[in-house]
Amino acid sequence: MNSQVHGAVRFDGVRKNYGSVTAVKNLDLTIESGQLVTLLGPSGCGKTTTLRMIAGLESVSGGQIHIGGKDVTHLSATYRNVSMVFQSYALFPHMTVIENVAYGLKVKSVPKKEAHAKAEHVLTLVGLAGFGARLPSELSGGQQQRVAVARAVVLEPEVLLLDEPLSNLDAKLRRHVREEIRQIQQDLGLTAVYVTHDQEEAMAVSDRIVVMKNAEIAQEGSPVDLYEHPNSAFIADFIGDANLVQCGITKTNGEFAEVEAAKRRMQIRNPLGCEALANMVIRPQDIVLSKPDRNPGFSGTVTYAAYLGSQIQYTVDSELGELFVVGGATPQPFTKGDVVGIQFDFEKVRLVG
Amino acid sequence: MARTLGIWLIVGLVGACLVPWYLTNGGLLSLNWIGGSGTPENNPILLLALIHGKLWLLPVVAGFPIIATLLVLRITPAKRAKLISIIALSVLVYVAVQGFLVVRNGPVLLNDVFHVLGAEDGQAGLGIGALLVVLSYLFILTTAISMSGNARGDAFVIGLIGLIIALVAVFVFFPISQILLQSLKTDAGGYSVTGFLKRFFSGEVWRLDCLNGGTCGPAINSIFLGVLTGAGTTTLGLSFALIFTRTQFKAKKLLRVLTIIPIITPPFVIGLALILLFGRSGTVTTFWADLMDMQATRWLYGFWGVYMAQLLSFTPIAFLVLIGVVEGVSPSMEEASQTLNANKWQTFRHVSFPLMRPGLANAFLLGFLESLADFGNPLVLGGNFNVLSTEIFFAIIGTVADPAKAAIMSIALLTLALSAFVAQRMWLGKKSYATVTGKADSGQHASLSPKLKLACYLTALPWALFTAIVYSMIVFGSFVTLWGYDHSFTFKHYLQAFAIDFSNGIRWKGVAWDSYFTTLTISSVAAPLTAILGLATAYLLVRQKFAGKNVFEFSTMMCFAIPGTVIGVSYVMAFNFPPIEITGTSIILIVMFMFRNMPVGVRGGIAAMSQLDKSLDEASITLGANSFTTIKRVILPLLGPAILAALAYSFVRAITSVSAVIFLVSAKHNMATSFIVGRVEAGDYGLSIAYSAVLILTMLLAILLLQALIGARRLRRDNRVR
Repeated sequence: MNSQVHGAVRFDGVRKNYGSVTAVKNLDLTIESGQLVTLLGPSGCGKTTTLRMIAGLESVSGGQIHIGGKDVTHLSATYRNVSMVFQSYALFPHMTVIENVAYGLKVKSVPKKEAHAKAEHVLTLVGLAGFGARLPSELSGGQQQRVAVARAVVLEPEVLLLDEPLSNLDAKLRRHVREEIRQIQQDLGLTAVYVTHDQEEAMAVSDRIVVMKNAEIAQEGSPVDLYEHPNSAFIADFIGDANLVQCGITKTNGEFAEVEAAKRRMQIRNPLGCEALANMVIRPQDIVLSKPDRNPGFSGTVTYAAYLGSQIQYTVDSELGELFVVGGATPQPFTKGDVVGIQFDFEKVRLVG
Repeated sequence: MARTLGIWLIVGLVGACLVPWYLTNGGLLSLNWIGGSGTPENNPILLLALIHGKLWLLPVVAGFPIIATLLVLRITPAKRAKLISIIALSVLVYVAVQGFLVVRNGPVLLNDVFHVLGAEDGQAGLGIGALLVVLSYLFILTTAISMSGNARGDAFVIGLIGLIIALVAVFVFFPISQILLQSLKTDAGGYSVTGFLKRFFSGEVWRLDCLNGGTCGPAINSIFLGVLTGAGTTTLGLSFALIFTRTQFKAKKLLRVLTIIPIITPPFVIGLALILLFGRSGTVTTFWADLMDMQATRWLYGFWGVYMAQLLSFTPIAFLVLIGVVEGVSPSMEEASQTLNANKWQTFRHVSFPLMRPGLANAFLLGFLESLADFGNPLVLGGNFNVLSTEIFFAIIGTVADPAKAAIMSIALLTLALSAFVAQRMWLGKKSYATVTGKADSGQHASLSPKLKLACYLTALPWALFTAIVYSMIVFGSFVTLWGYDHSFTFKHYLQAFAIDFSNGIRWKGVAWDSYFTTLTISSVAAPLTAILGLATAYLLVRQKFAGKNVFEFSTMMCFAIPGTVIGVSYVMAFNFPPIEITGTSIILIVMFMFRNMPVGVRGGIAAMSQLDKSLDEASITLGANSFTTIKRVILPLLGPAILAALAYSFVRAITSVSAVIFLVSAKHNMATSFIVGRVEAGDYGLSIAYSAVLILTMLLAILLLQALIGARRLRRDNRVR
């Protein structure tokens, strides 16, 4: 399996309309083979529709889809060499685990013995050796999830599609399973497209992330790219938490801009070349709160403080507007009503449109 | 795909070259033409066109070589698909057109053309060869459409859609259109819309004389009866449903029985039982007459008798519908109301009842529809109270056959029924407060306020008792020599109907055996076909997206709203002559049952399939299975109970049906219900009731058998569907 060359997916100006509603607008997208690419976005952004168009479960209103260099735009799902892990797992309840995993081979007329041997092998791969005779209902949620993955990868698909595969698992299991999925994908060298609305999950598993908003791509890049170099306020806010503080630009000089906020001027990095009005992206963990009298800076009042063990989250009403601040669990945390001084390193702040 | 086309091409060639094109003397499926190709009628279409001079049939055959050529020609697949579909469609249209034009006394305009073609003598009905050829072209057409890149290239799904559309067109829309045509006919032989309108809106149908002492038109009577029956059954049904779901009533299981009984009761049986109680020599009537020293009257025969019979017949249906409605009100709504300090009555009045209102409207319209379509009760009890369904019957069967009148009445009935149907759909579509979300909704339904509970008990329980008495009459009546006169115990009715003579081998001596066996045979053939048709339609509606799906859904469900009498008349008018000549055969009965009972299968299938997560199909498809394999391996195994339910319903409904059957039976294929109705009209109540009792018993056994099977299936899939 490792040696197999897996095809890439290419979208050329793909559109999808449901009546007058546009689900996907002129999408151009290339997915390199062997990569795990995540389609990330708020609900209704078109990410699931995009995934289902790769699978062939949704027809295309315009444009072309290529898988492995072949035009599959009008090919039905049955004949596309892709397989999918569904949000609900969609395990056939009347078949045993091994029958589920061997189903795809069986309908391709692979002899039963061979099909079961292959299925058994893949079950071992996902850590479910010996579970073949059980029914899906006799497995835990995490185990069902792994059967769904096994059923999809046993066909050695050109593209593996995963539609919010972790959303039915509890939070603790989620981290474990996503590591497993990533491991299997890398071991088998599969090309995978992963849909989720959870940015943390996307950051953890992806080679590349495609963030979608309103039926369009908002930004695509590696997890680091998206976090460090957001191209819009939406991305900055969506990938990791961010405080967006509106400010006026008084002067631009190359990579930097002089901005004014709360009657104070600052030199801030301006990679996008914003002019006039912009937003400062200040990450919550970059803000340091202090006793008010200690340093010159901004000041504010703590309106909410939540103790979470490893950290404390504050909401601070300040001259810059409402700020979300994450602080270490210091011995003497601030409480609601405290007046605080606010500092942050201008170096780490970025301007976005 | 090319393989699929090839297979259908071969089927078509077999139909064109080897089997007779026309209906042979033995009927559609008879094989008596083998070896007897001497007469032209037994020849396949190829020989008819080439040797027997029926030149106009040539284009039908010519399609095949053209399509075969296109298959091997080097053109782009899209162009090939387009050309093939155009040719297949043109041939199909041509077959239909020639079937209607080339008849004895065909259109005068075409006389010269027909003379050249040798077509002036008309032709016989289409036979097995025509069936194969038409199916072949139909599936070549759908496969070609699927190849042109539409519907994601699923030949099976498009073929299924095409087949169902074709069937509904031929067996629902074509017959209905024949009624319309008939009603437009004038005495002179022409067609006239004004003549139709004049007669349609005349007093014959709509007069209101009963407001001042005379008799009303049948349409007015039907509406009047329907509204009262709808209101009555809804009220009674709601009482039962409230008792069933919101009280601690002890004998709930008995109430459940009440919901199954009407399904297995032929429609006129209630009427029969009422005659035994309230007829001229009925028990109650004579008792009162003796007590009050009054003349026994015939009050039962007329509006009150029919109304009572309909209430008894259709209340259980309203009950069944309203259980779902009452249970559908989310308990958390009622709990919310109570925590806001509303008492039980206020909660019911301001929360539960308004939420049930759309469901009540639905139940009312259902009752109205059932009453309109009811034929058995008005026939047995109507007397001088004429409703549309019986008027249609008498216009066809009566001493003076008047097809035009039957057509006019049919259109009136159809208009009423379809209006109610459309109203029901629109109401449900716009105003459904379905609060069943699929999320587990814990919590308790509010119990009823004491006054409301009392009101429910007072309406429902006497009615339940009355129903029980009426049904027990069916049992008693069959063992009594002559009801009202000679109450001695006897088996003679059963013997007369079901005696078997063993003296000389087995001889089925009883008068009922013939129709009994026919009924069982036809019902068992029709049931699986109906279930397949219904479930296939449900599959398309729930799982597939295609253009015109709404129209498709509406027209299949509309079959449900077309009253049986109208179906019966329309089938007589449509299928008595070529091109499709099947009256008097068992095929017409089977086909009629398929389309009349299909909506039951459709609804059952929709309900069952909606509960199966769609991702199960999609998983199967993305794993490389095609739609057919997906249905076979994934959907059908999970639909077990729904399939059996559809089978049971179609079987039972085929047995109890009378309204459409009565027009379509023949001496050779008589059905139990029409046999019994004949006996009732002859006043032979003992035999009729005995036969009805046997029928009910037969159906009960069939249902129990199927339920045992369903129960067994349930255990296996317990909790397994996520």
